[in-house]
Amino acid sequence: MSDTHDELGFWRTYVFSTDHKTIGIQYGITALVFLFFGFSLMMMMRWQLAYPGEAIPIIGGLLGESSVDKGAMLPNFYNQLGAMHGTIMVFMGIVPLAVGAFGNFVVPLQIGAVDMAFPRLNMMSYQAFVIGGIVMLSSFFLPGGAASSGWTSYAPLSITATTGQTFWLIGMIFLIASSLLGALNFIVTILHLRAPGLTFFRLPFFVWSQLVTAFLLLLAFPPLQAAAVFQLMDRLAGTSFFLPSGLVVGGEPLAAVGGGSPLLWQHLFWFLAHPEVYVLILPGMGIVAEVIANNTRKPLWGYRPMVYSLLFLGFLSFGVWAHHMYMTGMGTTMSTFFQITTMIISIPSVIILTCLAISLWGGAIRFTVPMLFALAFLPMFGIGGLTGLPLGLAAPDAHFHDTYYVIGHFHYVVAPGTIFAMFAGIYYWYPKATGRALNVTLGKLHFWLSLIFMNGVFMPMMFEGMAGVSRRLFDPTIYEHGAAVHGLTMMTSWSAWCLALAQIPFIINFFMSMRKKERAQENPWQATTLEWATPTPPPHGNFTEPPVVYCGPYEYSVPGAPNDFTPQHVKRES
Amino acid sequence: MSELVIPYRTEPHPVTGVTSGKLGIWLFLASEVMLFGALFSSYVLLRVGVLQEHWPLGVEAGLNVPIGTFNTIVLITSSITMVMAWASLKMDNVGAYKKYFAATIALGLLFLVIKGFEYGDKFSHHIFPATGWPGAGDPSPFYGLYFTFTGLHALHVALGILVNLWLLIWGTALFKTDPECFTGRIEIAGLYWHFVDLVWIFLFPVLYLL
Amino acid sequence: MNEPQYGWWLPPDVSVNGADIDFMIIAIHWFMLVLFIFWGGFIAYCLVRFRERPGHSATYQLIEAKWNRWLEIGVAVAETVVLVAFAVPVWATIKNDLPDPKQDPTVIRVVAEQFKWLFHYPGKDGTFGRTAPEFYADDNPAGLDDDDEAGWDDITVRGLRFPVGKPVLARLTSKDAIHSFKLPVMRVTQDVVPGMEIAIWFEAKETGQFQVACAQLCGLGHYEMKADLIIQSPEDFQKWLDEEHDALGLDE
Repeated sequence: MSDTHDELGFWRTYVFSTDHKTIGIQYGITALVFLFFGFSLMMMMRWQLAYPGEAIPIIGGLLGESSVDKGAMLPNFYNQLGAMHGTIMVFMGIVPLAVGAFGNFVVPLQIGAVDMAFPRLNMMSYQAFVIGGIVMLSSFFLPGGAASSGWTSYAPLSITATTGQTFWLIGMIFLIASSLLGALNFIVTILHLRAPGLTFFRLPFFVWSQLVTAFLLLLAFPPLQAAAVFQLMDRLAGTSFFLPSGLVVGGEPLAAVGGGSPLLWQHLFWFLAHPEVYVLILPGMGIVAEVIANNTRKPLWGYRPMVYSLLFLGFLSFGVWAHHMYMTGMGTTMSTFFQITTMIISIPSVIILTCLAISLWGGAIRFTVPMLFALAFLPMFGIGGLTGLPLGLAAPDAHFHDTYYVIGHFHYVVAPGTIFAMFAGIYYWYPKATGRALNVTLGKLHFWLSLIFMNGVFMPMMFEGMAGVSRRLFDPTIYEHGAAVHGLTMMTSWSAWCLALAQIPFIINFFMSMRKKERAQENPWQATTLEWATPTPPPHGNFTEPPVVYCGPYEYSVPGAPNDFTPQHVKRES
Repeated sequence: MSELVIPYRTEPHPVTGVTSGKLGIWLFLASEVMLFGALFSSYVLLRVGVLQEHWPLGVEAGLNVPIGTFNTIVLITSSITMVMAWASLKMDNVGAYKKYFAATIALGLLFLVIKGFEYGDKFSHHIFPATGWPGAGDPSPFYGLYFTFTGLHALHVALGILVNLWLLIWGTALFKTDPECFTGRIEIAGLYWHFVDLVWIFLFPVLYLL
Repeated sequence: MNEPQYGWWLPPDVSVNGADIDFMIIAIHWFMLVLFIFWGGFIAYCLVRFRERPGHSATYQLIEAKWNRWLEIGVAVAETVVLVAFAVPVWATIKNDLPDPKQDPTVIRVVAEQFKWLFHYPGKDGTFGRTAPEFYADDNPAGLDDDDEAGWDDITVRGLRFPVGKPVLARLTSKDAIHSFKLPVMRVTQDVVPGMEIAIWFEAKETGQFQVACAQLCGLGHYEMKADLIIQSPEDFQKWLDEEHDALGLDE
């Protein structure tokens, strides 16, 4: 059996592969394509916001009559773009990239395993993701277009929406199933397949972040699954889980039983979606920790407190969901409870960020491209975290609720936060995956332009939010306070388009470097963790001989050691 | 495909004390607990959200308690035969295993058939998921919950039957080459089956009796 | 009436509760700024001092920092102070101190629908007519029961007016989707959930002409779901009520 390895056909090698590295790369490429698509949707919205009612240049003429009128966007199309931008970025972009791609490619290598615990389940998880993605995207071609009730799909609006919403729900069910299978696989892999000697406190921080993330996915997604089933029943079978009695839509009484609760949807949705926020950020923190330890050439400061903070974050993230719902009319007892839990959950994030900052002290900091992205992550995520403070308190939230301040806040967490961490990861592990190094000059150009324009996009939103401008407005200039900040809107839009151009060096770099003749070194970053102990790129089965681990993950600059890095699988002479 | 040797497929892991497959199914069941937990929480929220007299007892809503009770017994019996099937494999008795496992599948099918008749009876009385109770004036979504809960549960039963059928017809051959692995699979199928049984034991009183 | 000034910062504040909210917003932002500068400064200092250069190598031994404890405790203390001293009491005032009849509040029923607001005043008799969803119609947007005499003098308009210096008790309800009743200048946001009637209160300290906004996506016309907000002196408000009453033509 073993010598038939090289005779696997094209399909088994590249499409229906069960190898965790291939699946990781499949996830990565698919997720990057979805990310770029979701970004493009947003760029169209930014045109409408900057130049309300004017024809969209170039593509305006290509869109159907239900979307545009003489090239100018229609409100219905704007709402579709908004809903799909959020859904694609969160469920089809970041999560598959952070968990599906990096988790799949790196975790088994870092723990010294030959593959994931359930390789075939892993393949099914990717396939479910692709099916879910296709169902979501195909909804743009339906009469009435894609889902248009926001990525949160609040009932009852979503129940009376067009067929696109049904596709959204079915797509979500596939995406959730994919995440559940993946999460289960990660937990078993991390618990069971660690190399001998790799105890829990010798695990790289990235593996810890994936473990906590997997538990969040496993336990938080099923309630949304239930909610999606309820909403499908409401839409297709005429039940009224989320429909109260006496609805009158468009002047006509809605033919529904009634007796349901619109807030039930919000509870079920946010019970998932708050842990989901940590699913988006924790793998990013893990990557940043890896890159910082490697490029400061010294162990992480406060590894254990960071791990405990991670566990605490994961645990508490199940108890803060209703801080998204202060304005739904909840009583003071409930809101006090959720304000307290929200303030408590900020502390472990502060601890992790502070530990990462102190880790810089006493290092010999190399400004490599992954390190630049990782360093930028710290202040950018810092802004995202800090702006969460006023939102977590009900009284200031009375002003900020559903304004651009909220948009700015969570985009600082996921865009210059998580996405920068993802770029750090791509630049860091690309040589491992392809055997070729990425060009440094193009990488630095990509970094600086991205940093400038990311802030150009999201900083103005904070001020728009201060001015009280609501999100999801097709044309905010209709309001006096919206017209007053139109300059900021223009700045955001132009920055967004420039941000797209700033990705060109990355795309060129990504594809051109793959075709380089010159091979990357086996361990180009002089790193300690196990993924660098394999041949590059790693073969099927990963390790040429099963690794044994002798020390912690970040043994850099050990006094008396021959090199400034001591790999985990190298036995130190005492 | 060159077969990778992934450890802890048949031998238990020293730390967790179980095989990978068993750990996996326990994690899967944990997520299922969250799924049905969300359903039961929604039930509570919806029930306290309507006028108390507008939420029917199962009998008032026309649910057939004797048939429901009978179905409960069918499912519990199938759980017992499932254990017997696994125990027979442990004792190397493939013949007995086949009989018990087939009985489990048959009982599962019987459950679905009875459930189907219950649905049919509701439909013939013009009761659908979209029907409110009582008929007029601020009704509650009781029937919607009834159909969604039992429907989702029936879906779980049906999936279990499909997997079990596959194991019985095509899977059993594995017992000759790797008995430990196959016994492990039957145990995992059994854990899932017991969980589905357990969900029904909660569903039945909540919908039919309370 | 003074012309409102809008800019890149908080909108004008004409509410009695607004000052507390604005104070919290500004205080928290100062706290954020101090924390960010301290913490960003530390990172910047590290990047310069510990950059890789010939003759400099990393130290394996980790420093024994204590200040991070103080930073973390400091953040926790600051959050507790904000929570206990401001956030919880201010929110309790906003949510719980609904005006009782002795304070003679202006009671307004607010009905949201795709994509407009309706403001329903009880009229001369001070009592709302009976309303129910089945009575909603194009010529009866408030859903009033014609058989109930109390409703005959009710006033329903598309713009919100109330007098300054007197609490307003607003009872919010929606016909179709979830809307959100937002008065930027009053620092008021409240989701309007169909199937529920949610009571809120607010009180203006200045007169002026402003806007009501919808802050929850409610469909394709969400963006244009605005209404006028006119805060008047009690005399002007009474005059307007009288005019509206006369327009009903009940005395003929």
